[in-house]
Amino acid sequence: MGASQARTEHPYQDLMDKTGCNDMFGSKEDLASIPALDNNPLRKQIITAFFDKRNQHENQVGFFEEIGFEQFVMVMSHFRAPTLKTSEEEREVMRKEKLRFLFNMHDTDNDGTITLEEYRKVVEELLSKSGALGLEAAKAIADAAMLEVASTNVPHMAPDDFYEGITFEHFEQILKGLEMETRMHIRFLDVDTTTMRCGKTTS
Amino acid sequence: MAELRTGSGPVLLLLLLLLVSVGSAIHDAVSGTNGTNVDPHHQSNSSGTKKPFPVLSFNYDHVRMPFEISLWILLALLMKLGFHIIPRVSHVVPESCLLIVVGLLVGGFIKAIGEEAPILDSKLFFLYLLPPIILDAGYFLPIRAFTENMGTILVFAVVGTLWNSFFIGGMMYGVCQIESAQLGAVDLLSCLHFGCIISAVDPVAVLAVFEEIHIHELLYILVFGESLLNDAVTVVLYHLFEEFSHAGTVTVGDAFLGVICFFVVSLGGIMVGAIYGLLGAFTSRFTSHTRVIEPLFVFLYSYMAYLSAEVFHLSGIMSLIACGVMMRPYVEANISHKSYTTIKYFLKMWSSVSETLIFIFLGVSTVAGPHAWNWTFVIFTVIICLVSRVLGVIGLTYVINKFRIVKLTKKDQFIVAYGGLRGAIAFSLGFLLTNSQVKHMFLTAIITVIFFTVFVQGMTIRPLVELLAVKRKKESKRSINEEIHTQFLDHLLTGIEGICGHYGHHHWKDKLNRFNKTYVKRWLIAGDRSTEPQLISFYNKLEMKQAIMLVESGSGAKLPTTVSAISMQNVQPKEAPRQRVIPTISKSREQEIRKILRANLQNTRQRLRSYSRHDLMIDPFEDNMSEIRFRRQKVEMQRRMSHYLTVPANRQETPPVRKVCFEPEHQVYNYDAIAIESPRGRDSRPTPSSPNDVSLLNESPQKPNQSSTTRAAGDVELRVKTEDEQEEQDQLKLSRCLSDPGPNQEGEGGSSFRS
Repeated sequence: MGASQARTEHPYQDLMDKTGCNDMFGSKEDLASIPALDNNPLRKQIITAFFDKRNQHENQVGFFEEIGFEQFVMVMSHFRAPTLKTSEEEREVMRKEKLRFLFNMHDTDNDGTITLEEYRKVVEELLSKSGALGLEAAKAIADAAMLEVASTNVPHMAPDDFYEGITFEHFEQILKGLEMETRMHIRFLDVDTTTMRCGKTTS
Repeated sequence: MAELRTGSGPVLLLLLLLLVSVGSAIHDAVSGTNGTNVDPHHQSNSSGTKKPFPVLSFNYDHVRMPFEISLWILLALLMKLGFHIIPRVSHVVPESCLLIVVGLLVGGFIKAIGEEAPILDSKLFFLYLLPPIILDAGYFLPIRAFTENMGTILVFAVVGTLWNSFFIGGMMYGVCQIESAQLGAVDLLSCLHFGCIISAVDPVAVLAVFEEIHIHELLYILVFGESLLNDAVTVVLYHLFEEFSHAGTVTVGDAFLGVICFFVVSLGGIMVGAIYGLLGAFTSRFTSHTRVIEPLFVFLYSYMAYLSAEVFHLSGIMSLIACGVMMRPYVEANISHKSYTTIKYFLKMWSSVSETLIFIFLGVSTVAGPHAWNWTFVIFTVIICLVSRVLGVIGLTYVINKFRIVKLTKKDQFIVAYGGLRGAIAFSLGFLLTNSQVKHMFLTAIITVIFFTVFVQGMTIRPLVELLAVKRKKESKRSINEEIHTQFLDHLLTGIEGICGHYGHHHWKDKLNRFNKTYVKRWLIAGDRSTEPQLISFYNKLEMKQAIMLVESGSGAKLPTTVSAISMQNVQPKEAPRQRVIPTISKSREQEIRKILRANLQNTRQRLRSYSRHDLMIDPFEDNMSEIRFRRQKVEMQRRMSHYLTVPANRQETPPVRKVCFEPEHQVYNYDAIAIESPRGRDSRPTPSSPNDVSLLNESPQKPNQSSTTRAAGDVELRVKTEDEQEEQDQLKLSRCLSDPGPNQEGEGGSSFRS
């Protein structure tokens, strides 16, 4: 991991300067103190995502107290973009990875499904900057969205069946049209992002 | 039936040719009779005999101009109608080709009867025919795709057009140097002038062809965006070369001024458009009392933007686009639903008529105009145009792909290159040329290139798209989940960029959005809507659309989407067992609940009314789609997805629907069609306490599968209540057939409408 790490250090230099530490990246408070996140309605979720053990692809659950550079880059690797040379299978893998990241952000209690409550919270957070009007509409929107997922994925439910929540497969299904592998990326300056695999197999 | 259809095509054609000949015959007759009318009158005066009072007189001159214009437009539209009746032709040949052919026929016919055919006058084209098409395109431009690909589009538009102009101009000059072609009279400047005219991709032609092949959004926006933005380059180069050809010599200073002129033309045009757009948005804020003239503001401000830009020789097209783009989000938040529909349909109508007229006139002008055919020049022009386009696209894509995340594949490049059609703009610009020596030859070459691109490329692009299996447009409309996640991603990526300290695309977009929200929206959007976040407006629009669809389909058409048995109770977390307790609620408790409901329903209605922007007082039984009914249904529908989905294809007739729609807010009907069979259904309904309840009871047996428009807003109203009622509402939310009579059903219903 050393070689790619050296190359990726460049864009994160100012982050390291901000948090004032070079070895350990620090705790949630350090990340939370970044001014750029102040106006972001998803602030908490983003920060939590960095400390989420599930995003480290090591099949662990729970949360870190502090993260180091390795964990940071691991999370960032979810935001790579495919190149012309990426094959179809690799694209598929990338898409799954990114969708998994999003899923983990929504599924806060890690039971494998996004329940109605969790989804409501997601929409509420999105609309959190809009005052009281937003909160009431958030519920309606979340309910409608949930219904949509249920109806697309399980069209023939009996009236007494209960749809527990959005599983990962259903999640993939509803977001099929968004082409996640090309949407969910940021540009890492001057970095050949295809080499940033961090030495871990992601399958 | 099929024979009737195929037979009517040629009949229409004959009819039209007849009309046109009648028109020109009348013209002849008029000029004839006007002459002869004078003499007998004089004679009769001099001889003293009294002429009888003319019962029927003929005065064509009076109405000549509007008559002919209307006749032409009618002809164009009847032709368009004819094409779509003939089944097979419209699948193979794009409409633009057919219209040009018709134009050719009509032109030929007119020439055959000895008349002078009208030519596509440049003033007519640029001032009357082009703006509606551009406004239509600009107003409905997909902003997201456009801004995401802005860099690519600009590179194609500016650099690509420059490359094309100079390459074509230069090569044609080289061709003209060939001794055998007898083209020695054409100098470099004229060639360059010609090159800049012919190099611009035409938005009208691109729209006409691409609209029929439904490729996916990226390619469409690349080619179309390019065709719009290259107008600035074309304008600058055209005027530049015109000045140079008058001046005779070119200096470096002039070239430098040309570059500055380009920036002035494009940025100036955009600024003019933006100013008019903001003015239009600001005006629309105050139109809540005069809804009927709202669409006119949109049209007039846009047209003024175009004309104002043309005054200063700025790019009118860019100004029009900027105006439409700027105006749209604010105007749409302010205007009523009817005005929005009006704007949409008028724009589509005008642009359709314009497009049809343009192509027909192109055909007619081809027959009419003086031609100077020069084999070498024309053939080489066509070939060099193609070559230059292909080279330009390939070269530019190579450079652009280094900066793009979503790279353009070879297939994409091919479509972009192949879709570079030339059209009427090139023809009109050529027509404006003053140098008559070579003008006819240039015009002939331009027309040939236009014909080639529109016919050959236009006709073959569809099979090629299918052959290459290019990605097609996504047919499904945007779902609420996709919208939620698009917003989610936006914020997420902005946050990640912030953490990285990288000020990228998302960062600036977020900044712009926040600026928009805090400052701009407050000024330009009336009332509450100014603080409405995008997700909510999207959701409201979606619900509105579904409400409209439901009301429309309530008249017998079958439901467009798949039937699903999912309802809210399938999704709602399990409070369901508690519901079964309700049948044992005591009467007094029920009364209590009703009282609370009533009180809060009134509050809600008031809240709704204050939130509603439309104060139209309408009789609820009115059949047309009134605003209030939409609003009410929209509110009803906020939880109505399940009903929407539970209704099977064979619906009941409307009369029961409409009748029980009367008090939508008060009655909570049985909520799930299938749940009626369940024991929770009607048995647990409380005893009716008002006439309305009785009617409900009578209605419901007739409707085993109820139509969802009758579902009451009960749940929804309940949801927006205060905390104390939360519990009751949770209980009452699902599959209750309560009806809250209210103090006076009729009165309240009436009062709510007549306030």
